[in-house]
Amino acid sequence: MLYAIFCYDNEAVTCAWSKEKDAEVMAKLGVVQDKLIAEKRLGPVARLMPTTAATTVRKGKEPIVMDGPFAETKEQLLGFYVVECADLDQAIATAKELAAASGSAGAFELRPLQIFRPGVL
Amino acid sequence: MTDLAWIDAALASSRPQVVAALVRYFRDVDAAEEAFQNASLKALETWRANGPPRDPTAWLIFVGRNSGIDAVRRAQKSTGLDGDIPVEPDIVDRLETADYRDDILRLLFICCHPELPPAQQLAVALRIVSGLTVPQIARAFLVSEDAMEQRITRAKQRIARAEVPFETPDAAERANRLAVVIASIYLVFNEGYSTASEQAARSELCSEAIRLGRLLLRMYPDEPELMGLLALMLLNHSRIDARFDPGGEIILLDAQDRSRWNRDAIAEGLVLLDKAIRHRSPGPYQIQAAIAALHARAPTPAETDWHQIELLYATLERLQPSPIVTLNRAVAVSKSRGPASALAMIDPLAGPLDHYFHFHGLRGALLEQLGRGADAHTCFKRAIALARSPAEAAHIRQHLDALKNSSS
Repeated sequence: MLYAIFCYDNEAVTCAWSKEKDAEVMAKLGVVQDKLIAEKRLGPVARLMPTTAATTVRKGKEPIVMDGPFAETKEQLLGFYVVECADLDQAIATAKELAAASGSAGAFELRPLQIFRPGVL
Repeated sequence: MTDLAWIDAALASSRPQVVAALVRYFRDVDAAEEAFQNASLKALETWRANGPPRDPTAWLIFVGRNSGIDAVRRAQKSTGLDGDIPVEPDIVDRLETADYRDDILRLLFICCHPELPPAQQLAVALRIVSGLTVPQIARAFLVSEDAMEQRITRAKQRIARAEVPFETPDAAERANRLAVVIASIYLVFNEGYSTASEQAARSELCSEAIRLGRLLLRMYPDEPELMGLLALMLLNHSRIDARFDPGGEIILLDAQDRSRWNRDAIAEGLVLLDKAIRHRSPGPYQIQAAIAALHARAPTPAETDWHQIELLYATLERLQPSPIVTLNRAVAVSKSRGPASALAMIDPLAGPLDHYFHFHGLRGALLEQLGRGADAHTCFKRAIALARSPAEAAHIRQHLDALKNSSS
């Protein structure tokens, strides 16, 4: 069984980390990641940019583009894509394409990645 | 048990919102700061023992408010007036994002009060909102701790006397406050960015400005100028490691080792600029960010899109006419169309910019390129006399040496 593990923390705190502190945390996490790679268990790993870099596309007949992260609590996280995009416009166009194909309600939150490691799966 | 470093970071990052909310309750900046101190002390005890609360900011506001109320009670007891102060236990639930954001904007706006001279605005904002210590602020502004203490005390007295706008702002007032605060945050950033000395202390100012920019943008997610401001700060700050040589002297953009630019900061800045541009509502911060983005995107100085930079400066000139902007446009023109066009453009600036180092530096460099060595020499001499740092003077001296070598 594949599991996705999502990371939550207070970004006001993590963004305020010094470069050294950030590197220290990443190094500690890297040890666990390396072990998982050696066991051939690790898929893609991503670190997202802060929520201030997020844009949300609300699905609907005419999808609505909004600044900021997805903030509703009535819907649940159901899945995600990692897509190469030349810029935000292309990312929004891709999300709209997916919105049209899904035909249901909900939203897509577009978050640029700061770090991406493809993993070994 | 919770990591002390985590608690420190959580207290620091919660501070602006907590103090801002407490200012709303107590309508007094000193009382709010004191209540924040009390709440922080309680947090150190409680969080270390029991782990952090789910929402540290709300916890601190709640505890800070109660500690303030206790203080009022004690004061009343001592004067024999034992009044009953209603405590609202559901306060944490009723903290709406809308309150938070108007609180923080109000607090920043109070600190940026137009009555305060800019140096006092910056100092008091860093003290009250960011919680930097007086020695930290003094180091960043290159003044003694005593002088900084006085500056902050004077600013606080003025703030206490001023009419503090506690009513919820309407849309126009909110936009006005936001514009004032954006300008002030950029001043903090530039204070840290523009001068070379005491790099660590000054870099702290840049980081603090970026932190405040992020905080505001989280609360006002669809303000294009706020996106522009944060993009501009991130793009400029991305070069911090490449901007100084080991001796602490400034390295100019063209000579910087671009592999030392911070790619994460650049990527984030470019995304924010993309977001801002979608609003089709250009403003000075977005345009300056777009210019910084063109520098950031160029793999080498020779590959810089100077033509586009010239157009952006022309737009900025229309929005915010100033001889400095024209001077910057002339730099772009000299790169895209040659020194003669640029020289013609800056000649009319000789009056307003007569005391400006960069004017004479640029004019000298243009004259040098046009082969007018004697005129260039005069300009460089004037520039050296106006230099504000050894690095600026050293840069001009290189030009003078080059002139001497080419004529001998």
